[in-house]
Amino acid sequence: MNLISLALKSLRQRRTGVLLTVVTIALSVFLLLGVERVRVDARRGFSSTVSGTDLVVGARSGPVNLLLYAIFHVGEATNNITWKTYEDIRAMPEVSWTVPLSLGDSHRGFRVVGTTTDFFVHYHYGAKQALSFTRGAPFADLYDAVIGAEVARQLHYTVGDSIVLAHGLGGPATALHADKPFRIKGILAPTGTPVDATIAVSLEAIEAIHVDWRGGMRLPGLEASAESTRHMDLTPTAITACLVGLKSRLSSFAVQRAINEYPDEALLAVLPGVALGELWHLIGTAENALRAVSVMVVLVGMSGMLTALLAMLNERRREMAILRAVGASARTVFALLVIESTLLTTFGAVLGCLLLFGVVAIGHDYLLANAGLVLELAPSATEWWLLAAVIVLGAFAGAIPGAIAYRRSLNDGLQVRL
Amino acid sequence: MIPYGDAPLVSCRGLQFKWPGSEAMLSMDDFAVAPGERMFLCGPSGSGKSTLLGLLSGVLRATHGEVTVLGVPFSALSASQRDHFRAEHLGYVFQQFNLLPFLSPVENVLLGCAWSPARATRAGTTQQAQRAEAVRLLDSLGLVAQLVERSRTGNLSVGQQQRVAVARALIGGPQLLIADEPTSALDADNRDAFLRLLLAECTRHGTGVVFVSHDMNLARHFDRAVSLGDRPPSQMVA
Repeated sequence: MNLISLALKSLRQRRTGVLLTVVTIALSVFLLLGVERVRVDARRGFSSTVSGTDLVVGARSGPVNLLLYAIFHVGEATNNITWKTYEDIRAMPEVSWTVPLSLGDSHRGFRVVGTTTDFFVHYHYGAKQALSFTRGAPFADLYDAVIGAEVARQLHYTVGDSIVLAHGLGGPATALHADKPFRIKGILAPTGTPVDATIAVSLEAIEAIHVDWRGGMRLPGLEASAESTRHMDLTPTAITACLVGLKSRLSSFAVQRAINEYPDEALLAVLPGVALGELWHLIGTAENALRAVSVMVVLVGMSGMLTALLAMLNERRREMAILRAVGASARTVFALLVIESTLLTTFGAVLGCLLLFGVVAIGHDYLLANAGLVLELAPSATEWWLLAAVIVLGAFAGAIPGAIAYRRSLNDGLQVRL
Repeated sequence: MIPYGDAPLVSCRGLQFKWPGSEAMLSMDDFAVAPGERMFLCGPSGSGKSTLLGLLSGVLRATHGEVTVLGVPFSALSASQRDHFRAEHLGYVFQQFNLLPFLSPVENVLLGCAWSPARATRAGTTQQAQRAEAVRLLDSLGLVAQLVERSRTGNLSVGQQQRVAVARALIGGPQLLIADEPTSALDADNRDAFLRLLLAECTRHGTGVVFVSHDMNLARHFDRAVSLGDRPPSQMVA
């Protein structure tokens, strides 16, 4: 009979206590791996907020600042780009496509983006996934709007609902564009990106709701009705930023330099991947805190196991004496306890993995819809290392009861002192 | 090969043992068991019986003097060599709670040769043969085969458990059986029947016995009785 099957049979005898220990370890492993999974996937989700876009262009400020207002809709642009400049960029020979973004309005806390239907074609996220519609279609009419999944979920909007945009980004005395209501034409599928919390309308619509506005005020006596506006020239004079796709990625740096040195206007072009990396760096300390907490939880789980093993040790002095009597060495007794704790940790680790797999499988869609988080089902390489570390730690923890049993079996002889 | 034959099975010379941190000391000047001999060892509690058994089985190491079993002086062996020696040549029966409750009775018996390839081979060359030998031993110790195969170890009575323990001590034919008050938990009828079976089985295997008990009534079953006490061990002929 080998020691492993002996340990297994002994554990089965004490199954209630053993089960509790295994569950404790499983929960701590679940937490450790879960935090790691969320951390890695949140980071990946974040860094693939924009994919397939080679350059983000805006008025000259800092790369992180540009990314924050153009992509994450945090803060405001310092300046605009004129329409002529946008057309010049568009006309560059290396440029394959451009998507204009016009920001500055909002609806009940959600940002409004003026853009073109190219946005739904060229804006990619994650592993080069395009936007898709759960309901409806891209805007077609001047007063059509497309809303993100989060907007639809929070405000309970559906296709056909009428909404009124507000001038500015919200605040105590927000002026409404009440004279020109929009109709919801489509609802986007959840993406886990800021697009979920966005309302997209056409560039012309942004122009239309502002024809009778100057400097943040509606001009008295010059009101233009929603219908009459349709017949005006709605070519925008300026946009906030634009996304640029190139024919070849190799020209990224050349085009970036060309745009940064554009003579007529102070522009900034950033590679989204680089700027996203910089931005993540700013918020990266939070992940370390999470990690530290989950490591502590594992240590608590391990001490739980140790407590259980040590408590059982007294009842098992008889078992050890019998093994010694049939010729097992004190080292074998030590090995038996180390094997036991290794088995317990391994069972706990496997159970924790299964638990995480189950939770991720069940919660995947919910997390995407509610937290904008795309979690992978398969564990990452780091997780395997963490698992190995937990099991090694478990084996080392077993050395403590092992050493006690070792000492006892040398000192007690074959009599059991209870 | 171990040079036994004419040599005594066990001999102790100038043996002294002191528990760490304790004043009490066990000392035996001369103690010997002949091969196949059945020795009865008695003495009041605290007279060092269990300590002597620990020394004879090689679990404890003498402070002074020498324990020689089958011609092998224990002082020449390392702790793990003594463990191995015990597995090969000794069977041990405790007072009670002899069995691992999570193993079946037969598995408990087979534990007796788990750390000794030589004894395992003597019990049987295949696992089936070893199992069959375990069942045979249990049977000749008066345990019905069906009972042994079916019941959980924890469901056996104390008397039945002691018989399983003897079968474990004897499987693979060790040269020496050490029994530490194995009958103290049995009633009188059970005790005599148990003892007869144990001794018969030892005779069959040619196994020498060192049997510890405080019950002098049992001494008549043995070749020789030795009393441990404050005085130097006195020898009585039964």
